[in-house]
Amino acid sequence: MAVTSSSSPSTAQGVLPILRAWDWLKSNYLLKRIIQALFVVWFVMSVTFFVIRAMPGNAVDILIQDLTNAGMSPDEARTQASLLIGIDLKQPLHEQYLAYLGNTLRGDLGQSYKSSGLKVADMIAQVLPWTLFSVGLSLFITFVLGVGLGAIMAYKRDTWIDHVLSNIAATLDAVSPYLIGLLAILLLGVTWKWVPITEMRGAMSPGMKPEFSIEFISDVFTHVKVLLLVYVLSSVGSWMLQMKSSTVATLGEDYVTVARARGLPDSRILTGYVGRNATLPLFTRLAISIGFVVGGSVLLENLFTYRGVGFLLAKSIAERDYPVMQGVFLIITAAVVFANLFADFVYGWLDPRIRIAGGEQ
Amino acid sequence: MKRITETASAFVREMLKSFKILRRNTMGFIGFIIVALVIFLSFVGPLIWPAETSANVSEINQGVSLKHPLGTDFQGQDNWIKVVNGGRDIVMIAFITGITATAIAIVVGSTSAFLGGKADDFLMGLVNIWLTIPKFPLLAVLATVLKLNDVVTLSLLMALLDWPGLARQVRSQVLSLKRRDYVEAATMLNLGTPNIIFKELLPNMMSFIAIATINAMTAAIYQQTGLVFLGIVPYSSANWGVMISAAERRGVLYNSQAIWSIIAPMGAIVIFQLGLVSFARSLDEIFNPRLRTSV
Repeated sequence: MAVTSSSSPSTAQGVLPILRAWDWLKSNYLLKRIIQALFVVWFVMSVTFFVIRAMPGNAVDILIQDLTNAGMSPDEARTQASLLIGIDLKQPLHEQYLAYLGNTLRGDLGQSYKSSGLKVADMIAQVLPWTLFSVGLSLFITFVLGVGLGAIMAYKRDTWIDHVLSNIAATLDAVSPYLIGLLAILLLGVTWKWVPITEMRGAMSPGMKPEFSIEFISDVFTHVKVLLLVYVLSSVGSWMLQMKSSTVATLGEDYVTVARARGLPDSRILTGYVGRNATLPLFTRLAISIGFVVGGSVLLENLFTYRGVGFLLAKSIAERDYPVMQGVFLIITAAVVFANLFADFVYGWLDPRIRIAGGEQ
Repeated sequence: MKRITETASAFVREMLKSFKILRRNTMGFIGFIIVALVIFLSFVGPLIWPAETSANVSEINQGVSLKHPLGTDFQGQDNWIKVVNGGRDIVMIAFITGITATAIAIVVGSTSAFLGGKADDFLMGLVNIWLTIPKFPLLAVLATVLKLNDVVTLSLLMALLDWPGLARQVRSQVLSLKRRDYVEAATMLNLGTPNIIFKELLPNMMSFIAIATINAMTAAIYQQTGLVFLGIVPYSSANWGVMISAAERRGVLYNSQAIWSIIAPMGAIVIFQLGLVSFARSLDEIFNPRLRTSV
């Protein structure tokens, strides 16, 4: 005992700043989340790399084989493949991995196998804005609509409005986006003929120039509206049900009862006391919802021929164009992970308890 | 021998009791009948209505008639026969994925809740990371690279991607149940963790687990349909997902004559799902004695 107590001050002095930094790091909610997000992106990058490069019968081996079958010598095929994916395939695997990480960090995702000469990063940059626009807008609409309707359901619980809305929400929640999309085409486009589905293919009309004009914006909305409707319908149900249960729980809180007892006007209680607190838990739900909508976009963008990231992913999968597939998947994951991070930040900003407790729930 | 017959008869009695409770819950009973019917038709139906192997050019894209209760498709094949023959894959995918995902989730979730501390942090950290990766794109990429051809491997892959959300729910359920008196009593008596999990905790979580399993099952059905639509899972076998994609590709949506060849498989999926959901809801009463009035 005596020995350790006499020797510890000298070592502690050296270690203490590091320990303190470590503690600060651990208690810093935002930093912890950023590190976690970066870790997820790195993890996904590594997994896709090893699945596509290192597994037996992997995509690169098949590409080299295809090139050899097309009449190249094995050596030429290897060089050609190296050029396409931007990594020297003659190096050992771990150096290929490092080269891949370095390339990706520099924004170089290799070249497409099928559309020769096209850089994957450029292909993604072309379609990404459309997906960000449609998915982002639909998430916003869904959030506002879900929170509003959920609150109404909670306030009017056990009335006919609640029963009707609850049943609609439960049904929408249960049916897949793909089926809703098919039904939307069938009902809106074919049976009722409200919208010309075939003319709405693509993100904008051919010959339309991206510029800040009413004409362009209205054209973009004409092309996105049914897709937007399907996104909203397929995810609004779960938001409504969540908001309802969250609001009902908040209504039972003491501070609401106290606010009532103080004789505060109903509108004040509704917005300031119940609404804000009931919406908070929904931000954690945003994570799952973003992933869900993005996952749905792979199918729905194809169904509506909307040229976004999901469309590109499906196309690359159909053509077995692995560099494109890998790049798109990485971008989708990164987008979802950072959207989550953003939701976490907003949550921490809205609810100080989270920041102080370091996100422990 | 006597013991076996005794346990068997006790089991039958228990089943009959469950069945009685089930019958009193109308919605649950209807759900049960639907699920039983779908499973029966999918496995026995093909013997009664064998799959048509040849195209029937004279009867392409017909509407509903007495001869073809659900119309015919673009090859002139009967939609009813196709639906009956296309159920087996879907039922198998649903059950294998649902049960495997739930099993993994129960093991991980309850282990995490019981061990606590560092192990809990690690497992839940893993789950949270897993949850932020968009599942369907990952499934699409993995299914493409792994070149899945059979139903069982595909189901296991989907289960492997599906468990984390459920594991988190199981964990929070176990954490809340752990503090109940009877569980604490069992812990005091030192009955052993596996015993406590299987005898004390799981029966109390059964209704919750059943609903979660059903959710995993329907998710699996829809994921499979999506994979078929993207052309990742081969077209070779005829199931409801393949029927939907084939019909969609043939532009059936724009042909009111042929519309039944897409409504039939879609309806089959939705009816199966509805049956599962209403059945799962009634399970609450079977597993929770407090909700029963009297038996």
